[in-house]
Order: sequence, then structure tokens, then C-alpha cells
Amino acid sequence: MDGFATMAEFLQFAFSGLTVGAVYALVALGFTIIYNASDVVNFAQGEFVMLGGMVTVAVSAAGIPLPLAALFAVALAVGVGVALHRLAIEPAHGASPVVLIIITIGASIFIRGVAQIVFDRQFHKLPSFSGDAPFVLFGATILPQSLWVMGGAGAIVVVLHAFFERTILGKAVLAAAANRLAARLVGIDTRLIMTLSFGISAAIGAVAGILVTPITLTSYNVGTLLALKGFAGGMLGGMGNPLGAVLGGLLLGLVEAFGAGYLSSTYKDGIAFVMILVVLFVSPRGLLGRRSVERV
Amino acid sequence: MRGIFSKRRMTLLVLVALVAVLPLVFPSGYYYRVAALVWISALAAVGLNILMGYAGQVSLGHAGFFGVGAYAVAIGPARLGLASWICILLGAAASGGIAWLVGRPILRLKGHYLAIGTLGFGVLIALVLTSEAKWTGGPDGTSVARLAVANMRISGPTAWYWISGFVLVFGAWLALNLEDSPAGRALRALHDSEIAAALGGIDVARHKLWAFVLAAVYASIAGSELALFDGFITPDTAGFLHSIELVAMVVLGGMGSVLGSVVGAALLTTLPQLLTVFVEYEQALLGLIIMLAMIFLRLGIVPGVQRMLARSAS
Amino acid sequence: MTKPFRGVMLLTIAVACMALAMAVSNALAQDIKIGASLSVTGPASFLGAPEDKTLHLYVDKINAEGGVLGKKLQLVIYDDGGDPNKARTFATRLVEEDKVVVVVGGTTTGATLAMAPIFEDAQIPFVSLAGAVEIIDPVRKYVFKTPHTDRMACEKIFEDLKARGLTKIGMISGTDAFGKSMHEQCLKVVGNYGITVLADESYGAQDSDMTPQLTNIKNAAGLQAVVNPGFGQGPAIVTRNYKQLGITVPLYESHGVASKSYIDLAGPAAEAVRLPAAALLVADQLPDGDPQKPVVVAYKRAYEKATGQPVSTFGGHAYDGLFIVIEAIRRAGTADPKRIRDEIERTTGFIGTGGIVNMSPSDHLGLNLSAFRMLEIKNGDWTMVTATH
Repeated sequence: MDGFATMAEFLQFAFSGLTVGAVYALVALGFTIIYNASDVVNFAQGEFVMLGGMVTVAVSAAGIPLPLAALFAVALAVGVGVALHRLAIEPAHGASPVVLIIITIGASIFIRGVAQIVFDRQFHKLPSFSGDAPFVLFGATILPQSLWVMGGAGAIVVVLHAFFERTILGKAVLAAAANRLAARLVGIDTRLIMTLSFGISAAIGAVAGILVTPITLTSYNVGTLLALKGFAGGMLGGMGNPLGAVLGGLLLGLVEAFGAGYLSSTYKDGIAFVMILVVLFVSPRGLLGRRSVERV
Repeated sequence: MRGIFSKRRMTLLVLVALVAVLPLVFPSGYYYRVAALVWISALAAVGLNILMGYAGQVSLGHAGFFGVGAYAVAIGPARLGLASWICILLGAAASGGIAWLVGRPILRLKGHYLAIGTLGFGVLIALVLTSEAKWTGGPDGTSVARLAVANMRISGPTAWYWISGFVLVFGAWLALNLEDSPAGRALRALHDSEIAAALGGIDVARHKLWAFVLAAVYASIAGSELALFDGFITPDTAGFLHSIELVAMVVLGGMGSVLGSVVGAALLTTLPQLLTVFVEYEQALLGLIIMLAMIFLRLGIVPGVQRMLARSAS
Repeated sequence: MTKPFRGVMLLTIAVACMALAMAVSNALAQDIKIGASLSVTGPASFLGAPEDKTLHLYVDKINAEGGVLGKKLQLVIYDDGGDPNKARTFATRLVEEDKVVVVVGGTTTGATLAMAPIFEDAQIPFVSLAGAVEIIDPVRKYVFKTPHTDRMACEKIFEDLKARGLTKIGMISGTDAFGKSMHEQCLKVVGNYGITVLADESYGAQDSDMTPQLTNIKNAAGLQAVVNPGFGQGPAIVTRNYKQLGITVPLYESHGVASKSYIDLAGPAAEAVRLPAAALLVADQLPDGDPQKPVVVAYKRAYEKATGQPVSTFGGHAYDGLFIVIEAIRRAGTADPKRIRDEIERTTGFIGTGGIVNMSPSDHLGLNLSAFRMLEIKNGDWTMVTATH
């Protein structure tokens, strides 16, 4: 194969990896925000992505314009996220991490169960935001919607960063994540902070779901695998580190795409889980983990 | 709690009585089948309970070991000409070995990294079983040769009811003995506080590792039983959802309670049979039950009920 | 009372309650009981749901018209969610508790193979609605099936390729049960047509992007066509990625996507895609002389009127299964399972949605390649391909 074709092939794999990776990154980011605020590993994170896509599909099918439908979907996901915290996580206050994990797993099964009753069990699509004509770059092609996904993910990261660094509320979230007791002592309402974190996470997930549905389609059960993959991305980047989560997610997407392209597509879905194990065996802190692995 | 009516003996007595008496009220083979499925799931749950209830760790990929046991009796006799019962042992040994290899580095870390590690590992096992179709029959599954003892083929719900019931009683007996042994006490100390246990001179990581290995062996044997009973097996048996189901059995019944694991297994196995009218709502209900149980009945059903009764008695 | 003893009592009460609840009320003994275990929910629900609706629709209809042999039909349907272990439990329940005389479906191959031994042992005829050829090859005495096998789909595709003079192909298959089984069958028969597979890729059932695999196929030198065995949303994404990468050689899908939702999901990218499917999809386009036309048009109208959803070939399999069974019961003149089995095996010239069925002791499917029509998607709808020679 000549150089140009090799290059085109490489780029094609990279585009694929970055698009999928951006979604993993957003799921991982959602995981991290909740984990930092409350120590909860939220296995229902993937359901927010599902809700984003499915609610937008359902509402826009009812004749509501797409942007409005998307807004409604995000609001609804935030509502579900807040409800998850107030109705399921908070009442179990003081429970062991195992119990909290199982509660979120129960929540994800519940949300999925309700979704298949409210919506249906079919796959659905959304129209692409800017048409379906792919851009050609050095022989590789990329859909306009992929740029939306990557751009959207980038925008979310920038906005979040500004929120954490520039606003009082954001700083309070960081303070509560660093040391809950100290935060409470200086007058930060940690309960509100946790609810806020669940809401933000849900919003991020829903936006990811809306952005990616025109490419990947959606149905009531797309959440489970996304949650596992996003979670692997978060582990890879270092549990509890937002930037690490984003990098871990992107890296996972890229490794999957290159693995499928250059090696074999048979074990593509296994890559994420091999990575989890490798991270655990070699460097439990991940790429950009926190100082301490133990969280007592 | 000493003496003839110790908790251990009572639990065993209850189990033996259940296994012996239930057939008297069974109107048909269908009930034998459902009950046998309960005993088989209960065996895996009792094993997982050693890890969760005694050692305070959770495995989110436990169905992987279940799958190893199941496919051992599917592949061994068909492809390697081995006897089924040897394959049960081989599967159990393989599961224990894998658990040891996976658990050793992870369990040195504090916290719940085992949950994450086993999650990844469980999905990988299911993936291998799906992909290596030449050996495993792929996603469509593969048929399993019947168990034969002295040239007699063992099949049918009634035979398997008694086999699985006996194995469960034996497994429960082992788990209960472990609970009362020095190792069991060490494990429970560890559940209460790892730091205190370590200070007391207990090798925390080693005890957790053995609990994990034991739990894997239980699951593997349960998997072998199911495969031989059904005569057919698919990779879903090793999947993430089945892992979650096993964990849910333990927590619903009550972590740390052997009887609880059996009750949890009975509930989650019979629920889909009871809810056939509400098929649409089955998933939502299951999720709701898991959440509610964890929030309001954090001890689990059996310990929770025991405590309630104790309170009302005093 | 000691604490554990109270536990015993409670448990005993709980078990007794469960046993009571499990006891199924036996309806009038005169009814003819037809059982089914379908994947109404779960990953194969887009197969199982239309099957479920079809069975309900037609059993109600037959009962309203007076039933069969003067008796009412009674339908017992369980949802196995595609889980073979559950399916086997429901099979036991159908035999032992519900005492059905015949069973229609099995949605998935896994569930079918798990249930088959139960019905064999109980000597209850079982008409499966699942695809794989293993169900009827080797022949099991009491097991039949209605859908075309995946091997036949491969042969139909390869026939068409050969007729168009295309001999170098790429394959991209799903790793789900359907895709994997068809992939295997295709590789078995591909040599018979002088066709070579240049690139052989796969994708996971829930994958959201197949451009890396398709890039590899695209780069295979001399590529003339691509075949995609798979069902669910996977083929729709493959089709979209295919268009995105600008691959221009013909794309063949399988009978696994034979429902309108594939065209909807894949959008304009589905133009010119070919696939083998039953006549049902092109019911209104069939020539008037076609013996299948009245059957498929009637089924399509009835189904779409009752459900408000477009017809799919999967529901058609259930239609065929139900009516093969009912005609067998009518011919047998009794609801005796063994007699029904014998009559199912004697089915000849049965015109169903999937084709014309002629069963025999050595053929428990009874369809040949002519049952498949080669379809091409044009202007967002199915059209029949007229022979290209």
C-alpha cells in the first residue's frame, strides 16, 4: 500500500476512535463528578445517555422542534439524576460502597425497565444536525455529526473547567470533593453539592446521548455497555480525576478503533476490560490518578 | 449460640428439611425444575456470600466462574473425551486458579477494586465464550452431554432436584463451618475493620484472596450443575447481567447469612415465573425491588426479619 | 421460640405462598392449548414482539370464527427474554403445567435448542420460529421450523452475485448469534459458487461505528461486493458507514434486516442495497398470478390494521407456524399431540408468508430457495429484482 493510502487508513481509524472516544469521555466525566462528590460509583450513568437520545426522539416525534426537544431531554435527565440522589442514594446514607454500587445498578435496571414501557424496544434515529455529506480529509472521511460530537465534548470540558475554577459554587464542589468534613465546617451545604453533582452528571450524559444518536442510533438498552466502557475510560485515566477521565475515554476509543482496524475486530469489545485489568495490576491510580488509591 | 441449637445447626436443619419436605407439595416435574434451579443458584450465592458477607468484598463478574464451570462440562466430554464428573473438578480447579491469579494483585489494594477488576474479567470470559465458536459453539450455545454414573444417564428434574439439593446442603455446611472456624472469624474481623484486623496480626490480603477463590469454586460447581441439568448452555450464563443477578441474590437475602443467600436465590429465580402476567414490567420491578431492599432493608431479608422478630419478642 | 425457628416458620409460609401463586388455573379441558415461549422482551424482542402480536391476532380471529374442530384455541405465551435457561423452564411449564398439545416458537436459536429436548421427551410437536439450520439438521422427530435457514440466505445471495459476475467479496458479520451462524454457513457454501472472500471482518452486537472494519474491506484489492450477515441495528450502522466511506461496490444485507425499520434507520444510505427476503415484504408488488399473493396481502393488511406497525417477515414466521399447526390439527381431526406431529410432517403445498411449504420425514422445514426473493431498495422501498442474466 502506498503512503497516501496508509495515511488515509490511519486517519480514518483515528476519526472513528475520536468520535466514539468522545462519548466514552463524557460518560467517564459524568462518573468522575459523582464519584468525587459522593464516593458513589454510579452504574446508572449510561442510562442518562440513553435518556438524552430516547427522550429527544420521542419528543421531536411529537412535533416539537429538535432544539426544544433536546432541551427537554436534558432537563428530564437532570430531574432523574436529582431524583436518583435524593430518593435512592441519600436515604442509604452511611451504607457501604458495595451497597451503593448495587443501588445504582438497581436504578439502572429500573430506568431501563421504565424506558421500555414508556418508549418501546425499537431502535430510533435522529436527523444529523448539519447534514450527512462527509468531509474528505487526506482520503479519510468524517461526518459533520462527528465534529458536533467532538466539539460538544470539548465545549462541555471547557464550560466545566470554567465552572470549577471561576465560580464560587464550582469551588465549593471541589472543596467538598477534597474533604467533605472540612467543607461542611466552613459552611458548604454538602448535600446540595452532591445533588448538584448528580444533576451535572446527568446533563453531561444526556447531551452526549443527543449528540451521538444521529450517528449511532439509540434504544432503551444502549446504556449498559456505554456505562461499562465509560467506566473503563475513567479507570484508565485515574478514578476521580476529571481530566484523566476525558483522556482515558478518548484513549479507549482510539485503542478500540486502531485495534479493530489493524489487529482484529473479534475482541474489540474486550479491549476496554483488558485495560481495566492492566490498570489494576500495573498502576491502580491510572494515568492521572489521585495521590491515594484508598478512600476510607 | 453454642450447643445443639447453634445457628449453624439450625440453618442446616432448615435447609435439609426444606429439601426433604418440598417434594411432598410438588404437583409436577415443573416444580422440581424450578426448585432445582433455586438450589443451583443458591449454591453460587452461598459461595459469593463467603466473599461478600464474610470478607466484605464484591465480585461483579462472578457469572464468569459460573460460565467456566458450565463450559468445562460442555467442552471436556465432547471434545476431550473426559468424564463429566472429572470436568466438574477441572472446572472448579480452573476457576479457583483464575480467581487466585486475578485476585492476588487486586486484593492487595485497599477498597473495592475487586468489584472493578472482576467486572472486567467477567465480561472478558463471556466474550471469549462467544467468540471461540469452534470450542464453545458461539453465541447460539452448545449442547452438553448428560452426566453418567456407572453407565446410568442422570437427567430429568427429579434427579437433579436431589443432586442439587444435596450439593447445596453440603456447600452450606462447608460455608457455615468456615464461619465458625478461626479463618472465618478472621474474615469477619476483616469485614468489620480491615485496619483493626491487620493490627490484630491477620494477613488481610491472604484471607480475602482465599474467600475469593472459594467463592469462585462454588460458582463453578453451580455452573457445571446447571449445564448438566439443562443439557444446553449459552455464553449469557457468564454475562454481566447474570453476575448482577447473583450479587442481588446475596444482598436481597442478607449479606453474611447462608440462609439469606438461599432465600435470595429462591426469590430471584421464582420471580420471573410469578410475574409472567406482568412481563412488560418485570425489569422495572426487579430494579425497584433491588433499590428498595438496599435502602430500607439494608441487612437483607433474613437478618432483617430475624432482627424484627427479636425486637418484637423482647 | 428461638430466633432461627421463627425464621423457619416464616420461610415455610413464604414457600407455601409461592407454591400457591405458581399453581396455574386450568381452563376448560375442551380447549385446544397451543403453547409458545417467545423473546417478547430482551435483545431479540424485535423478532419476538411481532411473533407475539401475530399469534394473539390470529388465535382471536380463529376463535371468533368458531375455533378448530368445534373447539376454542387457547394460547399460552411466555416471555423468555431470549434466555435459553428461562426458555427451558417455560418449556417444562408448558408441558407439565399447562399441558399444551403443540408449541409454536422459540424465537431464538439458543432458546429453541434448549427447549427441543423437553418437547422431544414429552412427544409434543414444536414448530420453531428461529433461523439456524441446526434446528432441523439433523432431523428431530418432534421439531419443525418455519423460517428459511441462514444457509439458504447465503446461497440466494451467492446465486445473485454469480449472476452479476461478482466473485471477489468482503464480509462483515455481527458477532451476535444470528450474524455468527450465518457467517459460518456462508463460508461453508461460498466455494460452491466460485466466490472468494477477500476480507472477513466482524463487529459487536452493540457497536456504534464500523468504519475501521469497513476501511479494511474497502482497501482489499479487487473487491467486487460486500455481504453483511447481521440483524438489529448493526446492519443499519454498517450501511451508513458504507456510504460515509464512499464504497461503491454492491452491498448485500441478510434476511435478518427484512423489516421497514432497517430502511428507516439506514436512511438514504440504503439505496441499491440488496437482500434475500420472503415475498411478504413486497406483497403488493407480486404479480397477480403469484400463489402467495392472496396470503401475504391478507396477512399484511390484518397485521398492520391491528398493530398500526409495518409488517415484518418475523411475524410472518409465526403466522406460518400457527397455520401449519392448525391445518395439521384439522387434518388429524383430533388434538392428540402425536397425531398432530404426523400431520405437520405431511404438510404439502401449504402457502405461507415465507413460501410454499412441503415437509417430509427428512425435511422439517419444507422450503427451497425459490421461497426467497431477491429484493433491492429503491426510493426508500423494497422492489423485486428481476433475474439479471
